[in-house]
Amino acid sequence: MALYTDTVMDHFMHPRNVGEIADADGVGEVGNAKCGDIMKMYLKIKNNVIEDAKFETFGCGSAIASSSMATEMVKGKTVDEALAVTNRQVVDALGGLPAHKLHCSVLAEESIKAAVRDYYDKNGIAYDRSGFPDCESCEGCHMV
Amino acid sequence: MTIYADNAATTKMSRTAIEAMLPYLETDYGNPSSLHSVGQHAAEALAGVRQTVADCLGCAPRELIFTSGGSEADNQALISAARIGERKGKKHIISTAFEHHAVLHTLKKLEREGFTVELLPVGAVGTVTAQQVAAAIRADTCLVSVMYANNEIGSILPIAEIGAVCRERGVLFHTDAVQAAGHLPIDVREQSIDLLSLSGHKFHGPKGVGALYARQGIPLTSLIEGGAQERGKRAGTENIPAIVGMAAALREACAHLDENAAKVSALRDRLIAGLAEIPHSALNGDPVDRLPGNVSFCFEGIEGESLLLLLDAAGICASSGSACTSGSLDPSHVLLAIGRPHEVAHGSLRLSLCEWNTDDRILAEVPRVVAYLRDMSPMWRDLVSGKRKFIL
Repeated sequence: MALYTDTVMDHFMHPRNVGEIADADGVGEVGNAKCGDIMKMYLKIKNNVIEDAKFETFGCGSAIASSSMATEMVKGKTVDEALAVTNRQVVDALGGLPAHKLHCSVLAEESIKAAVRDYYDKNGIAYDRSGFPDCESCEGCHMV
Repeated sequence: MTIYADNAATTKMSRTAIEAMLPYLETDYGNPSSLHSVGQHAAEALAGVRQTVADCLGCAPRELIFTSGGSEADNQALISAARIGERKGKKHIISTAFEHHAVLHTLKKLEREGFTVELLPVGAVGTVTAQQVAAAIRADTCLVSVMYANNEIGSILPIAEIGAVCRERGVLFHTDAVQAAGHLPIDVREQSIDLLSLSGHKFHGPKGVGALYARQGIPLTSLIEGGAQERGKRAGTENIPAIVGMAAALREACAHLDENAAKVSALRDRLIAGLAEIPHSALNGDPVDRLPGNVSFCFEGIEGESLLLLLDAAGICASSGSACTSGSLDPSHVLLAIGRPHEVAHGSLRLSLCEWNTDDRILAEVPRVVAYLRDMSPMWRDLVSGKRKFIL
């Protein structure tokens, strides 16, 4: 289908890292059912490095592909490197997304941040809250 | 082998329609307005097929004009009725909440011009009654526009009863019959229809052509100015090949109406029964008064676009009313109108069948794909764990 690039279709048809990590160190869920997409990111973190990442997504093809790509991008990265992943990088890695699907990549970025934030909270690690926009105020759902 | 189950979006053309068109592309290519013999052949063809379409609707040929499709016919019907009403100081229009956008957006335009538009609620089943229409008619009502059958959820509306109410109260009655023509019996006289829109490509005719029936004596407002074609009500050289193709397809569809309906509705009922076994699913639309080819479901916990992409990969072409497929944030207004909450409406699937569908592979693939998507859905996880309440 010409709507999506081959890379998007590949990650949609063969998503990487689907599922939950039962003993995850950080779990982040963003989006909402009303808008039609929810992404849940599970991170396994050891010595400040993301050893494993898995996702579960309720959403369209680009939402599933964006989350799949995001998990691939953060695996093996340090927490700080993962926090630096932007939605633009997710889009570029996917070879582009249609304009009205860009919010899916925003959700992917947010899901990483939400999972890291959860990791920080669980481990009593101090962080700058301004670096973690909450889902409700995010523009992602209003970018269409 | 691709299973095309999106016939409410458009259909494959029939051999009959294609073959009827060819002479008008190759040899009889004249302009019906031309005086010479090549042009006059085209004019004769136009007159002949106008009679064909009229016979299928139970009207006179002079009561028909050919348009570029259903949307144009809807626009022209509503605007014409509004102009007639306006001249009498009547600016109240009644329609329904689940009309096609060709109707709803035209009504929005009329609202901005000062008309009052009342959209009747369609209830959980997705229909309106003649009583609802009767109760809504006011002294200043100039038009009632109610679709013959809904394109997304398949409900068939009580058109003859609504027509009778409108006729008795002296209000013009328009019906968008785009999904009905060629699939359901239509008799504009018996059903007291004043204005009716149809589209050629929904019954194996070509795209870009439709027709508007307007009962004799109802003056139409021209949307396109120019030449005197279509009795001055629709300028522009007639698309003869397309009109001929549409007429041939309609004649064939009407000749096999009962036979096709029986065949298609049998397949529809098998699919509905099979898909209803998927847990936390629900049929959309009227379970009884239903288009022969419409199967519309909501599946909780999944999103429609990913469902369509996976079905497409499995060789099944279908459609959905999810926001992601509409290019907007909101799911289909039709699903919202029958009370489906957003999160459920996003998980909708429409299969629309025709007499050429025979394959039941759909019954294996849809449950498989739904289960696969639910498996990776955090929403489904929450539903199963009880963290979120099931709606369906």
